[in-house]
Formats: sequence, C-alpha cells, structure tokens
Amino acid sequence: MSDNRISVAKTYKLYVDGKFPRSESGRTYPVTDSKGAFLANASHASRKDVRDAVVAARKAFGGWSGATAYNRGQVLYRVAEVLEGRREQFAAEVAASEGLPARKAQSVVDAAVDRWVWYAGWTDKIATVLGAANPVAGPYFSFTVPEPTGVVGVLAPQESSLLGLVSVVAPVLATGCTAVVVSSADRPLPAITLSEVLATSDVPAGVVNVLTGKASELGPWLASHGDVNALDPTGAGPLGRVEIAREAAGTVKRVLAVPEDEPDWTRRPDIARLRRYLEPKTVWHPQGV
Amino acid sequence: MSMWEYAPAPESREIARLKESYRPFIGGEFVDGGGEPLKSINPATEEVLTEVGTASSSDVDVAVKAARKAYDKTWRKMPGAERAKYLFRIARLIQERSRELAVLETLDNGKPIKESRDSDVPTAAAHFFYHAGWADKLDYAGYGPDPQPLGVAGQIIPWNFPLLMLAWKIAPALATGNTVVLKPAETTPLTALVFAEICQQADLPPGVVNILPGAGDIGSELVEHAGVDKIAFTGSTEVGKLIQRSVAGTSKRLTLELGGKAANIVFDDAPLDQAVEGIVNGIFYNQGHVCCAGSRLLAQESVVDELLEKLRYRVSTLRLGDPLDKNTDIGAVNSAEQLAKIRELAESGDAEGAQRWTSPCPVPERGFFFAPTVFSDVEQSMRIAREEIFGPVLSVLTFRTPDEAIAKANNTPYGLSAGIWTEKGSRILWAANQLRAGVVWANTFNRFDPTAPFGGYQESGFGREGGRTGLEAYLDV
Repeated sequence: MSDNRISVAKTYKLYVDGKFPRSESGRTYPVTDSKGAFLANASHASRKDVRDAVVAARKAFGGWSGATAYNRGQVLYRVAEVLEGRREQFAAEVAASEGLPARKAQSVVDAAVDRWVWYAGWTDKIATVLGAANPVAGPYFSFTVPEPTGVVGVLAPQESSLLGLVSVVAPVLATGCTAVVVSSADRPLPAITLSEVLATSDVPAGVVNVLTGKASELGPWLASHGDVNALDPTGAGPLGRVEIAREAAGTVKRVLAVPEDEPDWTRRPDIARLRRYLEPKTVWHPQGV
Repeated sequence: MSMWEYAPAPESREIARLKESYRPFIGGEFVDGGGEPLKSINPATEEVLTEVGTASSSDVDVAVKAARKAYDKTWRKMPGAERAKYLFRIARLIQERSRELAVLETLDNGKPIKESRDSDVPTAAAHFFYHAGWADKLDYAGYGPDPQPLGVAGQIIPWNFPLLMLAWKIAPALATGNTVVLKPAETTPLTALVFAEICQQADLPPGVVNILPGAGDIGSELVEHAGVDKIAFTGSTEVGKLIQRSVAGTSKRLTLELGGKAANIVFDDAPLDQAVEGIVNGIFYNQGHVCCAGSRLLAQESVVDELLEKLRYRVSTLRLGDPLDKNTDIGAVNSAEQLAKIRELAESGDAEGAQRWTSPCPVPERGFFFAPTVFSDVEQSMRIAREEIFGPVLSVLTFRTPDEAIAKANNTPYGLSAGIWTEKGSRILWAANQLRAGVVWANTFNRFDPTAPFGGYQESGFGREGGRTGLEAYLDV
C-alpha cells in the first residue's frame, strides 16, 4: 500500500429492518473524535425513523421470540465471533470516539466481546433459573415460564460507545425480545459498525434496529409509542428520564430503573436486565384420569 | 327436567359482629381519622351497615411516619425467623375468625357467602401461611445473598376481593421485611379493619401495618408521599396509568395489577359440558368483578351453536339473590356506580348490534343486581369486546382456525389471563405459548394459589404476586 493512497471513507447510516437506510428526514450531523477532529457525518434519525424501526422490530418479534433458545444462543455466539474478527476496527473507533489510548481501547473491545458471549450463554438457561413448578394446593399442574416482553426501546449509554452499548443490547436479545436502539449521540460510530456485525451474523432482520441521533429527541417518541413494551432510559440522562418515564405511563411500559450516572460497564453484570425484559407466565391444567 | 326448589339457607349476619363504627388503624392503634366519615352500604339491600372513619392528608403522613419508625426500629432488624412467626400467627388468626370475616365480607361486598367462605378467606390465610415461610429463606429466592427490603410500602387495593387483595399485598411485603400503609377501597373497608384487630391480637409491632380507609384522594396522597419507597396498586388500568405517571422520575418502586379482557377459547374438540362450567366460572364468579374474568368467549364456529345452547341452559340455573344465602351463585354488584357502568356498557352492545340474552332468573327489587347476560354476534370492534365491563356480562365471538383464535385473543392492549378448552395436549401447549397473557388456564379457569405467580402483560400491569417471583416486588433487587 502506498503512503499517499487516498483512503475510502465509510458512509455511516441507520440500521433498520436489516438494511442500512439514511434518515428519511435527510438530516445528518457531523461526528468528531474526542479532540474535535471530523470523523464522519452520521444520520440524524427522526420520529418517522423511530416508527419504521418499531414496525421492523414488531415484525421480527414473532420469529425471534419463537426461535429455540439454543438457536438464539448460537446466533448470539456468532455475533461474538464476528465481533472478535473486527477487534482492530472497533478498537480504532472506540479509541477515536472515547479518546482512549490504544491498549485501553483494546481491552474495552475485549470486554465487549466477552460480555456478548456471557449473554449468549443465558438464552437456554434463564427459563430454568427464573421459571418454576408451582406446588399449588389442588389437583392441578401449574408452572411458570418467563417469556420475552416484546419490543424494547433502548437509549444506549452516551459515554461508553461499545461496551456500554453491548451491555444494554445483548440482554434484550438474549431474552428473545427485539430492540430499537438509539446510539450515543456524540459517539455513534461503534454502534453502526456493530450493526454491520449483526447484519452478517445470522441475526434476523429487524431484531435489532439502530438509530443514530439524539436520545432527548427520539426517546419521548419511543416512550409514547403504543407498540413498544419496555424501555431502557440509560442514555436519556437524569432529566430526560423523567419525561420518558411519564410518557411511558400512557401505555404501562416497563421502564428499567437505572442509576443516575453511567455505571462502570467493566463490572460483571447480574441477571437483573434479563429479568426486566421477561414476563412470567403461569399455566394451569387439571390433573386426573 | 324440573328445577329443584331450594329452601332459604341464609347465614346469620350476627356472625359478622358488625360494629356501629370503624376507625383507621395507625401505629398499632385505632384512631379518629381526620377525613369525612363514610357510610358502608350492603349492596344487596342498600341499607347502611356502619360508619367508617376515614383518613385525612395529615393521617397519611402520620401513618407513613409510623411505618417508617417501625421499619427502622423493629421490623427490618428482626431476624426473618421471628418475622415469620408473626405471619404464621396472622394466618392462624384469619383461619380462627374465618366465619366472621366471610360473613362481614359478604355483607360489605355483596359476593355470595359460598365464595367468601370457601375461597376469599381461606386463600387469604393461605397467602400469609405461604409467605411466612419465606421470611427466613430469602437467601434461596434467587436474588442473591441477603436481599434487602425496600422500606415503607404504600398499597392500594380494590373492592372486588377486599380481604384477599389485602393478603396478596401485605403478606409478601411483611415477609420480605417491609412495613406497609394500606388503603382499602372506599366501598369495602370493613374486613381490612378487622384484619387490623388481628394484627393487634397477633401482637404485631405497632406501625408495621397501618390501614387507612378513604377515597381516591387518600390513595393519591399515599402515592405522592415522599416517605413511601414502594407503591403496589391493584385496580383499573386508567388509575394505574395515573399512578405510573405520578411516580415517574422518582426512586419509588412500582407494581401494578390492572384490568383485563381475557379470552376464553373453546376449540371444536373441547369437552363442551366441562367447558360450559369453566365459562360460567370464568365470567360469573364474583359477579364478574374479576380483573382476570373470561369476558370474551372465543368459540370455534363449528361448535358455537351447541355451546351457546348448553351455556344458556346452565346460566339459567344460576341462582341470583341474597348473598348471605348459602345456595346463592350470584350476589350483588358492589355499588350503584358499578351497576350503572355495567348497564351502560351492555346498552352499547345492543346499540352496536350484538344479540343480548339475559337469564330469566328473578331479580330482587332492592339492592344492586344485574342478571347474567350473554351477548352473541359480537365483533372485535364493539365496546363490549374491547372494554372491561367488570360485571356478569359475557361477549361471544367466533373463529375458524387456531391461528385466528390466537390473533383475536391477543388483539387487546390488556394481557392478564386467558383460557383454553381442548382435549388435545399439544394444542394446549401451543396455545399457552402463543397467548400474550400472564396467566393461562387450560381446561380450567380462575384458579389462584399463593405459590403460583399472578400478574399481567402489557396494559394489565407489571410485577407478579405469588410464588418466588412475587417476592421481587418488595426486594431491592
């Protein structure tokens, strides 16, 4: 490769229904690195993009939630494999976005891959851990199984552009829910590159939809949308979360309780996020001859 | 076949030990509430039963502070094994006073004595007995070691199962180490105040349980009180949304058990006589005042005529009348307001073109009664197919294929319960899997047990009551 070769820059677009469209609004915004140097123009998603993404996520829900847990686990593990193969690219993007030294960026990417593997392994275990055989006082067989709640709106962390993103998206997919994700506004590039990984890892179209833009603008639309079942308001900030929680009440959405500030994403997670996106369903049948 | 004549078999109202007045219970004592006293009415006769003192806004504050003090000084520090013993005592006291509680419940609520006696009160005792055992075993509940309580729980319950809903709320809260301020429904406060006496008899530390009779405004005060850490509400979806909005942006935890419009699906291979019993139980149990009532019957087209014939015959044998009579199947609607709502929705069914059939049973002249009603030719767009009627009114829709049944069943913003009737095992498991509802009854309906989690999907609320899962609502996990 010659030193004076002109590189080919990538156009960063949205990821909706397995495709990479521009925002229907035609809007873009410049993305810079941590020092202010121009990196790319990202699509600035609109309300209409949110609605398109929710339609895609709803359409994908039946297939994804109906897939066997083993199948979902393999697909999610495949995502980790493809992520691993793109370590260098992600490390460069994380370093640029978050202003991290190369070694630190690399360890963040490694943690993100490991996080994905951790959640991939939960798909066929969580029902055993959270489900129950209920010893009811009568001649009935009663059992409880956790089922995915539906379409989850995710406002991804603003600071941690990859590890934070993976930590909030992977649990949604592991439960069998589908997601509409609004990426970090200022650090959206790793999210779009992650979309490319998802698109090439056998994740069905629409299971994850990624919008770049402002959580403060798109969050309330997700919160009031009648076909969204749950919300992770992490990226909305303390003030935005209040508005989103109020909007969510109109359709009795499940809103994840999140800490005031972004947590340390390198800490080992527990299953609280999985639990929040699952609905226990209790089934009864009489016993008799 | 001729109908049997039944001799009257009324339970004695003396058993209820009805008092001339009842008062709020705060900090272990019955106190004069600052609110306007209310008169509790027997819905079966419209007579005033008694006067009940209600809480004022400042009483809410005093009660929350009493609960906080009990939480900090006594309850949270007490070893689980000791907390458990109080809950076991309460369970036993409910059993010992079960006859009194059942008659009182029937007088205040209007439900048939056979239901309050055989279902409401024993299940309430069972909830305390079950949760008592959890108090010293929370390490094994699956939320990690030593899960912590939330603090003071504000609890608001409806009028359809007054004592049972109290048990569903208070038993898990206390077992996990929380203290409570509970507001019973405006029209059914009496058994909650006898429960307060039971707390005294159990020598429960003062302030662990506080009971505040009152109307919706006292519920709002409780929801908005800064000293409350958790809100648990059972009631309408409309009010649930207001509560969710009200606590939005605060650190208060919330669980909601709201309305429903359950589908009860009868496939063509179902045992029809058995299904008819389940349909009747599903919609006419407790006058249909059940959030998980099977209010939409989805019948496969090929059996709908036969099913409806059997159903109408069976419904016509239901005995409506004096709730205290041990032979009564259907008692009184709880209030004039609820009766008006049922009538209005039923009239919308007529106006929108559904076919109304009403049981020919005699209806008492006094009291709030509504004869069992079945609407056929119901379309999904009609209000009686979409809105919760909360009364003895069944809407019958039809389907041709199993896929169509599921699509219609799930075509609702609610998702509390559903029923399946078929002899085919694989179809039961398939349908149970497809239905978007928190409780699915197959070849049965309206079964409840403290060990079995209960709660809804979507706009039927979030959180569960009962089982290991139900403990989560009161733990900081």
